[in-house]
Amino acid sequence: MPSKNYGEKASLGLTLGAIGGLLFLHVPIAIIFLYSFTTDEATYSFPLPGVTTKWFGVALQRADLWAALTLSLRVAVVATIAALILGTLAAAAVYRSNFFGREAISFLLVLPIALPGIVTGIALRSAIGTMNIPFSYWTIIIGHATFCIVVVYNNVLARFRRMQGSQIEASMDLGANSFQTFRYVILPNMATALLAGGMLAFALSFDEVIVTTFTAGQQSTLPIWIFSQLVRPRDRPVTNVVASIVILITFLPIFLAQRISAQSSETEGGAK
Amino acid sequence: MTTSAVRFEQVSRHFGEVKAVDQVDLEIQDGEFFSMLGPSGSGKTTCLRMIAGFDRPTRGTIHLYGQDVSDLPPYERDVNTVFQDYALFPHMTIDENIAYGLMIKGVSKPERRDRVDEMLDLVQLPGFGYRKPSQLSGGQRQRVALARALINHPKVLLLDEPLGALDLKLRQQMQVELKAIQKRVGITFIFVTHDQEEALTMSDRIAVFNLGKIEQVGTPADIYEKPATPFVAGFVGTSNLISGEVAEKLTGSRQMFSVRPEKIHLGLPTDTPGKDMLSIGGVVRDVVYLGLFTRYLVEAEGGIDLVVVEQNLKTTSMDVLTSKGQKVLLFWHKDHISRVGG
Repeated sequence: MPSKNYGEKASLGLTLGAIGGLLFLHVPIAIIFLYSFTTDEATYSFPLPGVTTKWFGVALQRADLWAALTLSLRVAVVATIAALILGTLAAAAVYRSNFFGREAISFLLVLPIALPGIVTGIALRSAIGTMNIPFSYWTIIIGHATFCIVVVYNNVLARFRRMQGSQIEASMDLGANSFQTFRYVILPNMATALLAGGMLAFALSFDEVIVTTFTAGQQSTLPIWIFSQLVRPRDRPVTNVVASIVILITFLPIFLAQRISAQSSETEGGAK
Repeated sequence: MTTSAVRFEQVSRHFGEVKAVDQVDLEIQDGEFFSMLGPSGSGKTTCLRMIAGFDRPTRGTIHLYGQDVSDLPPYERDVNTVFQDYALFPHMTIDENIAYGLMIKGVSKPERRDRVDEMLDLVQLPGFGYRKPSQLSGGQRQRVALARALINHPKVLLLDEPLGALDLKLRQQMQVELKAIQKRVGITFIFVTHDQEEALTMSDRIAVFNLGKIEQVGTPADIYEKPATPFVAGFVGTSNLISGEVAEKLTGSRQMFSVRPEKIHLGLPTDTPGKDMLSIGGVVRDVVYLGLFTRYLVEAEGGIDLVVVEQNLKTTSMDVLTSKGQKVLLFWHKDHISRVGG
């Protein structure tokens, strides 16, 4: 009888297919790392004509790069904080109360991320333009917050739904007022959802290009800086150095966010 | 005059058109083990939630030991609740769960420690304090929920179907334990259940709820032996309800009465029941042998069906099954009937 034992080895074709797929996805990333060390500054030649670490030094001294990087970080941090606050409030409202248009709220929140970025971008640009708000650091944040809210909202709402409603009643019953209940029961329950949502929001904001080009003034965030580098190459390997650093910066929070949500879903499943 | 622990005065709770609780008057004595019994949707849980403060009456007032609490929030009432789903805090250890009420009140850490240990002993979970709720079984979580409520020494403890999620063996064990704990701590317990056996086993008094109203309040024996309404007669145990002409022939009144199946004797048509006995002839239509006892369905004169239960003291399954189709005489003592109005 053919066995469906999971311990058995996969067929050769499947193994090769899986390896091929993973290579296809990750080899280009590896190439970026590789070319951070090339001595050839104009073209991507293979094999590398020589190996050097001088581009890391060059990158360190480029003021425009540092401006772009700090701008990106500042935007990501503030957009994430805004998303955490607004996303949590929206999730709490949708979970706790029943009001006209409740279902529509979810849909409206998802819209900025579901729509093509170019549409969101144009919409924001014309809205900001009409209101005569000067394009600045703050308009970038507004643009990013529109699509960061939804990841926080989704995470927090899912956690609210998994949380027993009677826990809040139990806390009140044991003498805690609304503030104490929030502090000791609701917030700790939400903590991992907020962390996971916040990290995702941060990563989304950090590498956003399309909406940013529409909402930024003269500033360039890191992704935009990289783009301009590709168009007007100067010290081309510096771009690769920066790309490598960005990969590392984004990799960590996403990796952690995944670990956290996987962990908490295990423990909460057990508590049911 | 003693003040009652809980007093409902004309309490109603309406949800739109639905009258979940409708003009209920109720008095629960200090130190009582009081059960609210009824089918789901009968208003018993809403009454409990109004005592806890999670719900406010639409009309009427609720007093706790003489104080009107109708408009007080839950955290200002000297009442604690054991929830149906236990509602333990999953991110806290058992110790922290139990100490929660004391922590909120600002009780010092060493005292909290001592009282938590005391509670863990009371509910027979010593040494479990460092665990998380997810590491406990259903029965153990139940005990933790009880300890978390009792540690605050509430004046009244509310229990919302706390045994519903447990299996039969565990449930019976917890019934005995709960009763023992109540005796020990001397706190008024208000216990909501839809399980009539549970209510009869544990309670000092029972209120039977139906459609937002209380049908009857009384001791378990009162409720069982002297049901006041057809609903109580049918919901608590099984009953034969007799009315109309047959009732008139037996008792001289057409008013409906109930008689419990185990109170009816199954005799031969030639038997002569003593005085004070009511009797009616009939034919055995169906026999169900249940080991400990046998249930007979008898079609009595006047075309009514009566259920009779007899213990299998001398009879075996062979004996009882042959009685199907036989003519019998049913008789019972006239004190064993209960007028159920109508």
